[in-house]
Amino acid sequence: MFDSTMFTSQFWEWYIIILTVGSILACFGLILWLGSGHSKTDEKVETMGHVWDESLEEYNNPLPRWWLNMFYFTLWFSVIYLILYPGLGSFAGILGWTELKQYQQEMDAAETRYGPIYAKYAKEPIAALAEDPDAVILGHRLYMTYCTTCHGSDAGGVPGYPNLRDDDWLYGGNPDAIKTTIMNGRQGMMPTATQNGLKSEAEINQVTQYVLSLSGEQHDQAAATEGQKIFGRVCFACHGMEGKGMQAVAPNLTDKIWLYGGSEAKIKESIANGRQGKMPAHGEFLGEAKVHLLATYVYSLSLEK
Amino acid sequence: MVETASIAGQETYNYKVVRQFAIMTIVWGVVGMTVGVFIAAQLAWPWLNNMIDVPYFTFGRLRPLHTNAVIFAFGGSALFATSYYVVQRTCHVRLFSDKLAGFTFWGWQTVIVLAAITFPLGLTTTKEYAELEWPIDLLIAVVWITYAIVFFGTLVKRRVSHIYVANWFYAAFIITIAILHIFNNLAVPVSMWKSYSAYAGVQDAMVQWWYGHNAVGFFLTAGFLGMMYYFVPKQAERPVYSYRLSIVHFWALIFTYIWAGPHHLHYTALPDWTQSLGMVMSLILLAPSWGGMINGIMTLSGAWEKLRSDPILRFMIVSISFYGMSTFEGPMMAIRTVNALSHYTDWTIGHVHSGALGWVAMITMGSLYYLIPRLFGRTLYSIKLVEWHFWTSTIGVVLYITAMWVSGIMQGLMWRAVNADGTLTYSFVESVQAMHPYYVTRWFGGVFFLIGMLIMAYNIWKTVTGPKVGEINDAIVAPALAH
Repeated sequence: MFDSTMFTSQFWEWYIIILTVGSILACFGLILWLGSGHSKTDEKVETMGHVWDESLEEYNNPLPRWWLNMFYFTLWFSVIYLILYPGLGSFAGILGWTELKQYQQEMDAAETRYGPIYAKYAKEPIAALAEDPDAVILGHRLYMTYCTTCHGSDAGGVPGYPNLRDDDWLYGGNPDAIKTTIMNGRQGMMPTATQNGLKSEAEINQVTQYVLSLSGEQHDQAAATEGQKIFGRVCFACHGMEGKGMQAVAPNLTDKIWLYGGSEAKIKESIANGRQGKMPAHGEFLGEAKVHLLATYVYSLSLEK
Repeated sequence: MVETASIAGQETYNYKVVRQFAIMTIVWGVVGMTVGVFIAAQLAWPWLNNMIDVPYFTFGRLRPLHTNAVIFAFGGSALFATSYYVVQRTCHVRLFSDKLAGFTFWGWQTVIVLAAITFPLGLTTTKEYAELEWPIDLLIAVVWITYAIVFFGTLVKRRVSHIYVANWFYAAFIITIAILHIFNNLAVPVSMWKSYSAYAGVQDAMVQWWYGHNAVGFFLTAGFLGMMYYFVPKQAERPVYSYRLSIVHFWALIFTYIWAGPHHLHYTALPDWTQSLGMVMSLILLAPSWGGMINGIMTLSGAWEKLRSDPILRFMIVSISFYGMSTFEGPMMAIRTVNALSHYTDWTIGHVHSGALGWVAMITMGSLYYLIPRLFGRTLYSIKLVEWHFWTSTIGVVLYITAMWVSGIMQGLMWRAVNADGTLTYSFVESVQAMHPYYVTRWFGGVFFLIGMLIMAYNIWKTVTGPKVGEINDAIVAPALAH
């Protein structure tokens, strides 16, 4: 009946109880004190006898009965509410209601009702589910709730957040890899120019020109030739000698697909400042059954073509 | 009737500072509402955020400029103007200090100009309605304390024994805002334009909404009730309906409002008991709020026919009706289960504007139409234009709040709709898309309201630059002797 855990001392529990009860009693007292009086029409009522600023006067009509009743009603409602629900300091209310309990009840009810639907799909392999329109629709609905903020309503991605409709997969596009990505998240990291040991603006520029040349973009041939040397010394470690990237390590630089933009300025920005990519883990948050269906939807996108 | 006589030596009231604040009320009204109409357009047509490639005029930067301009520049100037006028005339003395009063005018205008510069630059504490950074907060504190000295100094030297009811409300507003402002803005500065709140986590949230809701309760309610208690009986030429009611609703109102803040934090990390107290005190607040409405509207009993011919009085009575409506809506929205639907939706925006446009702005407009001709010794240029202003602003408010009710409730329902498999029926962006027609309607409502404000500005301009009729009646009169 009493929950003292959130109070630092008994003093505060009683401080709140006494202040609240006292306040409500004071409201009762105020309207009991001034609420009596006979009903008259205001024409018969005398003014209070004071005059301000030449003409301001006051009648002293009694408090309207309906208004007093409304006041009493809200006060009694409050008294009853504070008996039923937590409010008076550590007194937990006789219903035992808490915000957390209500949340848990609603979550449990949802689990009982909807859990079997997900459990049924969880047993089937993703590749098979991707051919089942009902499963894909359910996955799509989950996608629309949880994924659109970053990957967009059409799963086409935005700068910094990958397109899920192309065939380019940084961490693998088979059903298991997609599911793992959603379950555990991914952390991408491109080091800054300083971390990579690039010494000058000129070097950054040279590498930029070379990277542009890899995908056949317009570039400065002389600078690119210099850039290739640096690339072969530094960048190759992750992106490979040909710049074709490595699964789960670094993206392919030759395919004209750019996570952070493929303009000269954007490539230069990536090389100079590095990039931090983060796909949050959803396993704990959504549970494996829902992730299974999300992966189904994402995988189904690559079957569309 | 009532005997009056001029005080020997022809001592006068300080009308200068009242005139200054009254005119700036209109200027800031036009500015604040123009920004409001623009940001409403940005919500309806998002490309307006990217017209030019600078961040200064995006919604996020301009929204606090709008709220601060209408609340503190427009509403604040109106409260300064009317409280200085009312306290002098109902105490039958000149302001306590002309110099200090003058300082509050220039100080307050400086705060407003600094707000208009720093918000577009992105300098903000991120606390709603308290976004100004610490150097400006310090200036506000100094100006506000000076305001208190002028107001209470004037009350102390009054020539009448009883303090008129309007002054109770102004007094409560001034004291409470000082406390709220100082405690909510306690912060650790780390540079000239950056500070961190002195409170952390849920305590910061609680202090913020203790402030936030009482900015509504005291700045936008108690202060404007003070306005109502002077200008409604004056314009209606009727005594206040009930002294007794004014006592009950005054004490009950200022006492319960201060508890109501937690209803902004239902279903959050705020402890359950705190949420409950905020909810029940918000419900108890219904009757005290309506006490003010009854006293305002019933003051007209015996003179109802005036509403037909007097658009100024109509402004006042409609504003009190909107006050009654939004103070009913507020307690309802504070109920946990209702709040579960309304919270984070446009319903809240609609609720705020039925109070802000319907009550605060319209009582101010009615009061200024009464006040300004008297301050300048002129007759109002055109009653017909007041009539036009009344209808454009009424249409504007109604369009605004109905659009937000519909879109807010629709948002709440769309967010909680689920399919047979337990997934959400609508993605967030679908709910945003569904808002579009209502955002356009809301924009039209704002445009109507702004047009009304521009009509007022024109009317007042023609009034104060028009021919003078007789002397300005600023001679202090001796208090009338009771019968």
